[in-house]
Amino acid sequence: MNDLASFWSYLSEGPLLWLALTLAAYFIGDACFRWSGRRPWVNAVLIAVAILATILWATGTAYGTYFEGAQFVHFLLGPATVSLALPLFDNLARLKRAAVPAIAALIAGSATAAGSAVGIAALLGVGPSELASLAPKSATAPVAIGIAERVGGAPTLTAVLVILTGIVGAVAATPLLNAMGIRDWRARGLAVGIASHGIGTARAFQVNTTAGAFAGLGMALNAVATAFVAPVVLWLFL
Amino acid sequence: MIPALLALLSCQLAGEAIARVLPIPLPGPVFGMLILLCLFIAWRPFAEVLRPVAQGILANLSLLFVPAGVGVVGHMSTLGTQAVALVAAVVISTVLAIAVAAATFVAVAKLTGAGDE
Repeated sequence: MNDLASFWSYLSEGPLLWLALTLAAYFIGDACFRWSGRRPWVNAVLIAVAILATILWATGTAYGTYFEGAQFVHFLLGPATVSLALPLFDNLARLKRAAVPAIAALIAGSATAAGSAVGIAALLGVGPSELASLAPKSATAPVAIGIAERVGGAPTLTAVLVILTGIVGAVAATPLLNAMGIRDWRARGLAVGIASHGIGTARAFQVNTTAGAFAGLGMALNAVATAFVAPVVLWLFL
Repeated sequence: MIPALLALLSCQLAGEAIARVLPIPLPGPVFGMLILLCLFIAWRPFAEVLRPVAQGILANLSLLFVPAGVGVVGHMSTLGTQAVALVAAVVISTVLAIAVAAATFVAVAKLTGAGDE
C-alpha cells in the first residue's frame, strides 16, 4: 500500500502520467465520436476535457502539475498552425477564385460574432470589463487574449470564452449548415473558421479537406479582422 | 521527418521574430504559416517534403486543444455571477456568425460568379 502511494506520488509529479492520460482521454473521446456514427455533438475534445477534469478533481491534482505533462501536446499548437500552410497551398487556386466572397463573409461573420455577442451580453446586464473580454472571443486564443488586454478585458476570462466558442462552433456547425441547405464546402469551412477559430478548423478537417483548408483561412483572416472589429463593437455598446 | 519538423519549427521561429518587430497584432505561428506558404509557392517540391508530417499533425488537430480545455474547467468560476448571460451570448453569437458568414459567402459567390470549378 505504501509502495503504491509512493509510486503514485512519483508518477503524479512527473510529466509521463499526465501526457499519457491526455492521449488516453482523447483516444476515448475520439472512439466515442466514431462509435456514435460521427455525430457532431459527440465532440472528442469535450469528452477528453471532461474525463481529465474529473481525474484532476478526484485526485486533487493542480492544473499546473497536469500541464507539466500536457505541455508537450499544447506546444504542438504552434507547429500545427504553421502546418496549415499546406492545405492553403493545395487550395491556392480555389482560394484566389473565392477571394471576393471570402472577404465579404469575413466582414459579415466577424462583425456578427463580436457584435451579437456583446449586444446580447449587454442586454442581459453584463458589465463593461466582461464585455471587453467577450468581444474578441471568435479569434484564435493568443490573438483574442492580446486584443482583450488592449480593450480592458480580463485575459483569463477571454481564454475561457474563446475555448467555449470553439466547442460551440465545432458542435453546432454541421447540423446548422445542413439545416440551412448550404452544401458549398468553401462556405461551410470558411464560416466555421471565422466563427470558431482552431477548434472549429479541427472539426472542419474531420468532415472535408476543402472545408478544412477554408476554415484555416477563415481563422487566419479573422485573427486580423477581430483586431479592428472588437474595439469598434465595444465603442458602439459602451 | 526531421527535415519537416525542422522546417515547421524554423518557420514558427521566424514568425515569432516578425511578430515582435511588426506592429500587427498577430501571433508568431500565423506569420510562420504565411512564411511557409511563400516557401511552398517559391519551391513546389518543398510541399511534398512536409506533407506526411503536416498531414499527421493536422489530422489530430483536435487533440492539441485538450490541455487548454482542461485549464478552462478550472477557470469556469471566473465567469462569476454573469455566467448564464456570457454562455448565452457565446452560444447565440457563434451560431449566428456561422450562419451569416456561410450565407454571405454563398450569396456573394453567386453574384460574382465565383464558382468552384
